[in-house]
Amino acid sequence: MPLPKLKKVRDVYLDHAATTYVIPAVAKAMAPYIETNYANPSSLYRLGRINNGAINDARRTIAQGLGTMPDTIVFTAGGTESDNLAIFGVAKANADRGKHIVSIGIEHHAVLHSLRELKKDGYEITFVPVDGEGIVKVEDIVAAIRPDTILITVMFANNEVGTIEPIADIGRAILKYRQTNKTIYPYFHSDACQAAGYLDLDVEKLHVDLLTINGGKIYGPKGVGALYIRRGVKIRPMIWGGGQERAMRSGTENISGIVGFAKAFELAQTSREKEWKRVLEIAKYLWERVQKEIPKVRLNGPPFGVNRLPNNVNITFMDVEGEAMLLYLDEYGIMASTGSACTSTSLEPSHVITGMGLPYEYAHGSMRFTFGKRNTKADVDYLMKVFPEIVRVLREISPVVLEEGKKHAKIHQR
Amino acid sequence: MPTKTKSKIKITNKKVVQKKNLKEEVDVRTPDGGGWLYSDIVKDHFFNPRNFMQYGEEEKFKFNGIGRVGSPACGDEMVLWVQIDPKTEKISQCRWRTFGCGSAIASTSALSEMIVENSGMKIDEALKLKPQNILERLGGLPNRKVHCSVLGDKALQSAINDFFRNTAQHSRVQTAGAKVIDKELNVTDHDIEEAVLEGAQNLEDLQHKLKVGVFNKEVIPQLEDLLRFYNEKYYG
Repeated sequence: MPLPKLKKVRDVYLDHAATTYVIPAVAKAMAPYIETNYANPSSLYRLGRINNGAINDARRTIAQGLGTMPDTIVFTAGGTESDNLAIFGVAKANADRGKHIVSIGIEHHAVLHSLRELKKDGYEITFVPVDGEGIVKVEDIVAAIRPDTILITVMFANNEVGTIEPIADIGRAILKYRQTNKTIYPYFHSDACQAAGYLDLDVEKLHVDLLTINGGKIYGPKGVGALYIRRGVKIRPMIWGGGQERAMRSGTENISGIVGFAKAFELAQTSREKEWKRVLEIAKYLWERVQKEIPKVRLNGPPFGVNRLPNNVNITFMDVEGEAMLLYLDEYGIMASTGSACTSTSLEPSHVITGMGLPYEYAHGSMRFTFGKRNTKADVDYLMKVFPEIVRVLREISPVVLEEGKKHAKIHQR
Repeated sequence: MPTKTKSKIKITNKKVVQKKNLKEEVDVRTPDGGGWLYSDIVKDHFFNPRNFMQYGEEEKFKFNGIGRVGSPACGDEMVLWVQIDPKTEKISQCRWRTFGCGSAIASTSALSEMIVENSGMKIDEALKLKPQNILERLGGLPNRKVHCSVLGDKALQSAINDFFRNTAQHSRVQTAGAKVIDKELNVTDHDIEEAVLEGAQNLEDLQHKLKVGVFNKEVIPQLEDLLRFYNEKYYG
């Protein structure tokens, strides 16, 4: 097919919400702990003590970023594990108090599938609906609270469409509920993995009791994360062993990972405001050009501004399927992602797009571009050299013509 | 245990000829990242699709059978136009359009090649085509892609059925795997689903499209049930 031939094909990474590279400053901080300072931090000899100190430093750094004390930070093996610890840990420890949990349907699978698992053990889950932009109403969350509700878990920022949830407002409302009803329940957990690079994570301002963060989305190493646990929260460990992390998460500490994660978190938090402005310009530029150059497109999630992560552009290209677009883009070295069923292992289309009340067809044709530190407008220019033509070609071989603006898209045969 | 003495048996890098076993997962990704999720044949069909209906060709292309399967709601959708020579009963030409992932597009393209090559496939033969035949032609597909993306045989069957209806050969209409609603016309629940997808909203639309229930009044309640069901499923 007559697709544009480029003189030079280069790699363009537009999938920072999937994961990020490790930046040199972080890699440099990690290096000594891989080959030289290898000792087990629990060991009493000098090398062990050095590493124990390094972990404590890292814990202090993370705690400072969250506006809390070091003893509230538990290092884990990533965001998924932190979410699992928060949910199962609270559920198991407070089962005598109640078995009801409140959440939203567009959560990450680390939360959704944990909740689904709890259902098998007799827990009840209420999913509060979100609006067409993916935002949940504070009053709807409060209305879902029952006397037996032990936990509310709402993500800070959505990984697919970039929606930022009103966490501080929800936190304040829960606090008020507790005061009025003279109870310490429900606890409030938030998954802030996507938010850590762009938003203030001060746990006192957010009024959260548990907060999930990780390294792999903020230019730190993968497989390392942390869970903030407010003092006094009743929670049980999920992994048992040698009693590390004050017995909340046993297992020899991933020392290089923890050091790198803390460095990455520190850098992400200090540069977040500047980085917000920079990537927002690139994201807006892409959306402007797509609107101008490709017909029948729709921005999924909130408009650019305070309610949307600045690096996220999620667009549905009507009548075309996401995986086919991805494969063409891959030929040009462009890396992005899609909400189409064809690329998911479950063969289910994006639960986020459908969770916002949009029809399946919108999910199948959705593409997510997420920008990061190394992107510039030149990357958008490179993408737009080939993308309009790719969509045009795939539309030509598609039998589907969707009518926009209907809740359930009508299909016409061409 | 690794030893320094070299074994006398020399192991040469044998070229492994892979036997086609379609039950085994086919995933040709290579660790260096240079490989592809799909086979070279699939890739070729995906990037260079054959026989698809180009813009502006719809008016000119002559056909006497059309088949449509799937729906974008379930991820894949395909339309196949065929030109069948009524005398020789061979498929002389075909065109298609597919909404779907790489394997869906490639498998339709491969099918379109199979049915028109060598002066065209006889329809009796074409009706016997199975997804496995298309898979073999493609050199396999990743396991989880098979059920959703190989719709070609169903589209072909539906197109040939349409040809039978257009040429008043109702007795030859194939109804395997579907529930027959109107015995005289061999109209199935699948046909009604397709009609709904094509815009049939009420009994009149349905009768206009399929002639169903015109002579055989007792099937009308069943038709109305199915109409309601599919309309709710897709547009509700």
